[in-house]
Amino acid sequence: MTDQTTHAVAFTPEDLPTARSFFQPHRIVMMLVFAAFVVCVAVFMRWDWLPRYLPRLGWGILISLVMLFSTSILGFLLAVPIGLAQVAGPWFLKLPAKVFCTVIRGTPLLLQLWLLYYGLGSLFPQFPAIRQSFLWPYLREAWPYGVAALTISFAAYEGEVMRGAFAGVPAGELEAAKAYGMSRWTMFRRIWLPRAIHRALPTLNGETVLQLKSTPLVATITVVDVYAVISKVRQETFLTYEPLLLLALIYMCLTGILVVAFRTFENRIPTRGA
Amino acid sequence: MTDAAQAIAVTDLHKRFGPLEVLKGVSLTAKQGDVIAIIGGSGSGKSTFLRCINMLELPSAGTVSVHGEKIRMKPDGRGGLVPEDRKQVQRLRSQLGMVFQSFNLWQHMTILENVIEAPIHVLGKAKAEAIATAEILLKRVGLYEKRDAYPAFLSGGQQQRAAIARALAIQPLVMLFDEPTSALDPELVGEVLSVIGDLAREKRTMILVTHEMKFARDVANHIVFLHNGIIEEQGPPEAIFGAPRSERLKKFISSIH
Repeated sequence: MTDQTTHAVAFTPEDLPTARSFFQPHRIVMMLVFAAFVVCVAVFMRWDWLPRYLPRLGWGILISLVMLFSTSILGFLLAVPIGLAQVAGPWFLKLPAKVFCTVIRGTPLLLQLWLLYYGLGSLFPQFPAIRQSFLWPYLREAWPYGVAALTISFAAYEGEVMRGAFAGVPAGELEAAKAYGMSRWTMFRRIWLPRAIHRALPTLNGETVLQLKSTPLVATITVVDVYAVISKVRQETFLTYEPLLLLALIYMCLTGILVVAFRTFENRIPTRGA
Repeated sequence: MTDAAQAIAVTDLHKRFGPLEVLKGVSLTAKQGDVIAIIGGSGSGKSTFLRCINMLELPSAGTVSVHGEKIRMKPDGRGGLVPEDRKQVQRLRSQLGMVFQSFNLWQHMTILENVIEAPIHVLGKAKAEAIATAEILLKRVGLYEKRDAYPAFLSGGQQQRAAIARALAIQPLVMLFDEPTSALDPELVGEVLSVIGDLAREKRTMILVTHEMKFARDVANHIVFLHNGIIEEQGPPEAIFGAPRSERLKKFISSIH
């Protein structure tokens, strides 16, 4: 039942349009409209500023990607124990995990980011111990607060996802692992965790895309990601639409790459027979 | 109790689920080479009994010995028992090859990976050796061609045969079958029974919970009839099926045929 759902979400070769279905009349019309749009954008809009900003844009994209991957990976590493604690933990682990997920998921990410940056960030300098510690050079920067806020947010959402994924692994498969003499750790490492991750992959894909689109929030605390670069372009060139259209295109490309990468990964283990 | 020829020795096993007593003192000994079939109506406790042997269900009272080694238990403080030494249970479980009603193959692994998993990660075998053994076993159950397929792509009968290969791969002292054909479509039952029948004929020690009476009669050398958590009657298949003594067994056999 659940496998069927997974299958419906998963991307299989049959889902790809064949050459014949690709050139249906309505598709051709849509493609022509899109081509006309691209031509208009290129011909009638101003793009002379683009070469000047290319290096900065490239750097901005890099920062955005670093933000995305570092926070997704760190967040996921936190999400596994958070999900596990909720499924199998004793109450003193279950309760804080539950509270963490509820509070973080119940408040806006922007608010969390600002609380960390303007709240903690202005609190830290008042303690000489912190100012003299080796961490201070980092704590004076903005990016650690961005990474922290995005990581915490991802951990909370994925903690819920992993809770469901752990709980959804069929009890029989865990029983089989037990029956052949696996220790709890082996069972977790070899059966429970990989099985849960596999079940969660389609959801993780979507959540990572959402995470990508949460990264521009760090621009509000002075981290110069691709969104901040585009804002800078707008201020300096007094252009509105061109930089924003470019930004949309950049995010769409990044999303596309993410989705394809995840689906390739998902399809390594087919869930259901044809 | 410490006789090593006794593959499995269970004495006075009780199992309670809350107020419900499912097993009310069941004792059973399986010598090496025995094929014991446990029969009985639904709710008779036969699956629970089998699952108590490898501690998938923890008995409320009684003892289980594997190959003469008693599984050490201690009270859990709520009227039941828990293993004293988890490592001992794990070690003894790895000598019992369990086959489940619903196959329970690991869906994220291919058939071959399913079969080599326990030999590598429980018994610590080398991968090449485990694969060599697994390929022989998969040939035996007729699934060598399917070794790189994922379980979801196989029929129920194929999955159950793969599960039997997985259980055999740990070279178990005893095979435990928990209604291995009950989840199968009727036309797939035969292929699984023929594999189990082959195992029985080569004198492999097996305890098998089944609804297939004809099969039990053909392959088992000892039949146990469980009713309401106690052994109502037991004996060789000819006696059980040919000349049942208790009314309940007579009724059960006539209801099956």
